[in-house]
Amino acid sequence: MPPRGLTGSRIRDRRLLAGVKQSALARTVGISAAYLNLIEHNRRRIGGKLLGDIAEALHVEPAILADGAEAELVTRINEAAASQPGTAAETDRAEEFAGRFPGWAGLLRRQARRIGDLERTVASLSDRMAHDPHLAASLHDLLSTVTAINATASILVDTDEIEAEWRDRFHRNIHEDSQRLADSSRALVAYLDSSPEADSGTGSPQEELEAWLKARDFHVPELERALPASEASILGSDAFVSASSRDLAQRFLARYRADAKAMPLADFSEDAARVQYDPGVLAADYGVDLAAVLRRIAMLPTQAGAGHIGLVVCDGSGTLTFRKQVDGFPLPRFGAACPLWPLYQALSRPLQPIRALVELAERDVMRFLVYAIALPAGVPGFDAPPVYEATMLMLPVDRVAVPDLPVQRIGTSCRICPQAECRTRREPSILAGGV
Amino acid sequence: MRKRVLLIEDEPNIIQAISFILSRDGWTVDTHADGQSAMAEVARRTPDVVILDVMLPNRSGFDILQDLRADPATEKLPVLMLTARGQKRDRELAERYGASRFMTKPFSNAEVLETMRQLTGT
Repeated sequence: MPPRGLTGSRIRDRRLLAGVKQSALARTVGISAAYLNLIEHNRRRIGGKLLGDIAEALHVEPAILADGAEAELVTRINEAAASQPGTAAETDRAEEFAGRFPGWAGLLRRQARRIGDLERTVASLSDRMAHDPHLAASLHDLLSTVTAINATASILVDTDEIEAEWRDRFHRNIHEDSQRLADSSRALVAYLDSSPEADSGTGSPQEELEAWLKARDFHVPELERALPASEASILGSDAFVSASSRDLAQRFLARYRADAKAMPLADFSEDAARVQYDPGVLAADYGVDLAAVLRRIAMLPTQAGAGHIGLVVCDGSGTLTFRKQVDGFPLPRFGAACPLWPLYQALSRPLQPIRALVELAERDVMRFLVYAIALPAGVPGFDAPPVYEATMLMLPVDRVAVPDLPVQRIGTSCRICPQAECRTRREPSILAGGV
Repeated sequence: MRKRVLLIEDEPNIIQAISFILSRDGWTVDTHADGQSAMAEVARRTPDVVILDVMLPNRSGFDILQDLRADPATEKLPVLMLTARGQKRDRELAERYGASRFMTKPFSNAEVLETMRQLTGT
C-alpha cells in the first residue's frame, strides 16, 4: 500500500481493486482521463468536491482516500466515543488502539454503525406508528367495511321475513363490500410490507413519486431536451398505482419542465459549480425566482454533484410536500419536522431569503449550508389570503465554500431527536434514554 | 307517534343497514352524509335522536357535536357517536363534548337497537 500522504496512489489502488478503468472513472466524475492519470501518480493535488466524487464512484469514504484506512478507522472510533459521552473512552489513544488492535477496532466501528442503523430503524417504525395518516385511514376504511358487512349479514340472518328487493340489495352490498375489503386488505399488507429501513415504502402518492424520482437519481433527462416528451409519456403506464399519485407526478414534472427551460442543463451545471451553488447569484444571472433555483440545483444529475444535495418543500401548514434526502440530513417520513429548520423560518418570513449553517443533532454530526425561501403558492388572488410555499436546499459543507456564519443546531423531528435541552421540543424523544 | 332519527354517516352500505333495522323497529329514519351541512340538516329535520359518525367528509363529528351542545335548541338532543377508531382518546373526546353514548365499529345491530331505545326511553 502507498505510504501516508499519497492520495493519488490510494485512488489508483482502490480503482484497480474495484476493477474500474481509468477512463470510466474519469468520465463518471467529469474530468479527463489524462487529468485523472496525473492525480493517480500524485502529480496533481486533489481535495474537496472532486475527491468526494471519486470516493463516491469507488464506494469508499473520502477519508480513506485522503488519509488511508487507518485514519478512517480512528475517525469512526472517535465518533463512536463521542456518541456515548459518559463512557470515558481514552480518545487520545484511539490511534494507538487502532494500530495495535485493528480487529477489535474494526469490530467497534461495525457495532457503532449497527447501533446507528438500529436507531434509525426504530425511529422510522415509531414515526410510522405514531404519525402515519395513511395507515390510520386504511384501518378506518377496513373497520367501516367490516361494519357494513357485519350489519348487513346480521339483517339477512336475523330477519324472518324480508322483501325480495331488500334481500337482493343486501346480497349485492355484501358482495361489493367483500370486494372492497379484499382490495383494502391487499393494499394495507403491501403498505406494511414496504421496508421503512430502506425508505422504499410507496403507500402514499407522495411516496410513490419520491420512489420513482429516487430510482432516477432525482433527474429527468427527457425533460432536458429541446423538444421534450409529454409528462404522461415519461411516467409510463405502470409506474404509479393510483390516479392521485400520477396526477401529483405530472404536476411535479410540469414544474420541472419549466425550471429546465428557464435554466438549461449544460449552462446551469457549469454556472452552479462555478459559483459554488450560490442561489442568489444564479437567480440574478438567469432572471428566475430563488425557489426555482433551489429546485434546479437539487435536480441536477449526480455527475454534476447534485447526488449530495437535499431539498425539501413544505406548504403553508408546514407539511412536507416534497423530500429529497441527503446523507446526514434525515427527513421525517410522517408528521412534523424540527421547528428550528430554516425552512420554517422562511415560512414565517415570506419573500425573505434565509441562509444558515446548520448542524444535525445526530449520531454522525454533519454540517450543511442551507438556503430557504417562502414564495406565494400559485397566483395570489385579490380577495383571498396569501398562501405560501417554502423551499429549502441542503448543501453538505464539504462541497461548498462555507461562509462565516454561526452554527445552528437542529434536529429531524422531536420524536427521534436526541437533543436533551431544546426550547422548541413538543414531545419526548424515544431516543432520549438510548436504544 | 313514530320517533325520528337522523343518521349522519357517509358509508352508503352502513346507512342502508342501519336504516333498515331502525325502520323495522318503528323509527322514521332520515340520513345525511356530509359534515359541513349537518347542523342545518338537524335544524330542518328536528330529530328525536342523532346517530353521528366521527369521520365525515368536510367536517368532524366531534365539531358537529360541540355545535349541537352549544345551541340551546339541541343541547339536550340525544346523540349516539359512531367511530371506527375505538381509541381511548376518541372516547374521552366524545364524553367531554357531551355525547350521550359512544359506540365503536364494528357494532352489532342488536346493540344499536338497544342503545336507541335507551336513549329515547322506549
